[in-house]
Amino acid sequence: MKILCVCGLGQGTSLILRMNVENVLKDMGVSADVEHMDVSSASGTSADFIITNNELAQSLQGHAAKIIIVNNYFDLEEIKNSLQEAL
Amino acid sequence: MKFLESGLIALDVEAPDAAAAIRAAGGLLVDAGAAESGYVDAMVASYEEKGPYFVLAPHIALPHAKPEDGVREASVALARLKQPVVFGHAKNDPVLLVFALGASSSEEHIALLRRLTSLLNNPAHVEQLKSASSTQEIEELLKQVN
Repeated sequence: MKILCVCGLGQGTSLILRMNVENVLKDMGVSADVEHMDVSSASGTSADFIITNNELAQSLQGHAAKIIIVNNYFDLEEIKNSLQEAL
Repeated sequence: MKFLESGLIALDVEAPDAAAAIRAAGGLLVDAGAAESGYVDAMVASYEEKGPYFVLAPHIALPHAKPEDGVREASVALARLKQPVVFGHAKNDPVLLVFALGASSSEEHIALLRRLTSLLNNPAHVEQLKSASSTQEIEELLKQVN
């Protein structure tokens, strides 16, 4: 399973999101290939799921991946709930 | 690597709008020698072009640009605003804590983000940052968090 964590530049907020997503997946006992990148790279990368925020989700509408929206990148509960719903 | 060292925390910062808030936080990195003034311009330009995607949690913003825009050392500074400012994020406005990130392509970058994530993953820490009455209080809090 491939998951992309996406932000505007690809090295700050997406990396934080990735760290927290990896922690949550570990707790859930789910293994996945998690990467982080910016929006433009994400549009050209195939994946099963894309995790990002509301603002950037709009630009990724046409992507084949299922888009999961997280609003608070530091809220492990929110990340866990969103992942559980989607997976 | 400079993670919220004493010259990098400012409280009661006045900023009329988001760009000013970003400049205030970015200015702390420049004053500490961790970034060049061009990096601050790039941080503001990034906000103007890509929007407030870096307001990644309620009331918390992490503006940044690319290492090649003028970072000398991986670093994080905090400017706590006197009055919260709207950045235009549908869910997480208004912003009170502005963490300027001096992005780097080195391993220090990851270590820095891990420390920041540990700090901000905990809602109690976030509350303390919002209500601390002095930079010393914040420095004490940081000593307790790894």
